[in-house]
Amino acid sequence: MSGVRVLVGTRKGAFILTSDGKRERWEVTGPHFGGWEIYHMKGSPVDPNRIYASQCSGWFGQVIQRSNDGGKSWAPVGNKFTYDGIPGTHQWYDGTPHPWEFKRVWHLEPSLSEPDTVYAGVEDAALFRSTDGGVNWEELSGLRGHGSGPRWQPGAGGMCLHTVLLDPANPERMFIAISAAGAFRTDDGAKTWRPINRGLRSEHIPDPTAEVGHCVHRIAMHRSRPGVLFMQKHWDVMRSDDAGDTWREVSGNLPTDFGFPIDVHAHEPETIYVVPIKSDSEHYPPDGKLRVYRSRTGGNEWEPLTKGLPQQDCYVNVLRDAMAVDSMDSCGIYFGTTGGQVYASSDAGDSWEPVVRDLPAVLSVEVQTLP
Amino acid sequence: MIRVVLPHHLRTLAQVDREVKLSVPAPITQRSILDALESTYPMLRGTIRDHVTHQRRAFLRFFACEEDISHEPVDAPLPEAVGSGVEAFHIIGAIVGG
Repeated sequence: MSGVRVLVGTRKGAFILTSDGKRERWEVTGPHFGGWEIYHMKGSPVDPNRIYASQCSGWFGQVIQRSNDGGKSWAPVGNKFTYDGIPGTHQWYDGTPHPWEFKRVWHLEPSLSEPDTVYAGVEDAALFRSTDGGVNWEELSGLRGHGSGPRWQPGAGGMCLHTVLLDPANPERMFIAISAAGAFRTDDGAKTWRPINRGLRSEHIPDPTAEVGHCVHRIAMHRSRPGVLFMQKHWDVMRSDDAGDTWREVSGNLPTDFGFPIDVHAHEPETIYVVPIKSDSEHYPPDGKLRVYRSRTGGNEWEPLTKGLPQQDCYVNVLRDAMAVDSMDSCGIYFGTTGGQVYASSDAGDSWEPVVRDLPAVLSVEVQTLP
Repeated sequence: MIRVVLPHHLRTLAQVDREVKLSVPAPITQRSILDALESTYPMLRGTIRDHVTHQRRAFLRFFACEEDISHEPVDAPLPEAVGSGVEAFHIIGAIVGG
């Protein structure tokens, strides 16, 4: 493998960081789409030069950009996200019914097999798909039509569908997560869905073990074991060994089990990473120390990773889509902060270096391992 | 030709200069200008008005002849000076945010 390309979405544009396999020296390009919010960028696993970007603005709405040359050039494609049928209502913050309204695309997930097929998780929560490279979008309305939609409620960041996981072993199976509804799974290519939240406990909702209503922040899987899922919830780090049918808590000795991102080592399916955040009221690391926590046992036993990370006076946050791993022999871990730093580790988290320090607030980080 | 002045971010999106010139069939109205603009620059669809309802996005305003015409009916004829190209149709983003 020749190197890595890190795709960074920020509050004020996109940046692309590239390096060779050593990951010591970096070339930084950007800002692309300067001044726009870039919620997410992600490349196709089958064609790394095909990259999709979600560009949005409070003034001008949603734009989807597509690159066919690895991010050197971009062209806007389709931005018409229309809900299927009459959208109906979900719960507003105060529990009253509120009409479904499209606001933005939070996450783009390219297909594992077709470069022109890409999924979009949007706010207000719904799943869309394009099969023509992002030109036309169609809602996969079986999800919103599951029947529990009127009980979904926005989290503090909005009612967003932020996680889309495609099962590499079963093209009919897909997992998604919504704040604040929970996790859902389809086993028939997105025609029908069911909530997979058994075992989650959320003390801040009326029924702490409800079928839906949980503020799931992020789900991750390892490609080799798509039935094993890891979840960072509003509070609690969770694990499922049966494709989400049941969950158990694996927060273990974490200093706090609140946080946003969670990811899995590229070559060790039991090695997982989180970034503990003090609380839902104080979105910064405990004690002003930025620490990634690693578990080599699939949860419960965690070790802090601090070498190269600020260990005093650090009050940034790491958002849910702002952590990624490469698949170089020595697995690289990357995350971006709301303070504009992107940190990289080329030794699975043992040590860290800032690639850039002064970007706008980082919304998302993805990495491509280049052939 | 009808002159349309775009805000910065829409210029970069459409890859045009500050002002574009459009051939717009009569009558010259907000709707006919925006129809022509989006037809010529399809990447602007959805960024000024909703794809389906054609409702103006909340943080945008339309000005002509130094008047805010944002709340005028979209099919109301615009001033003759806009139709003749003496005055431009301005699309302006609200000065808000950070």
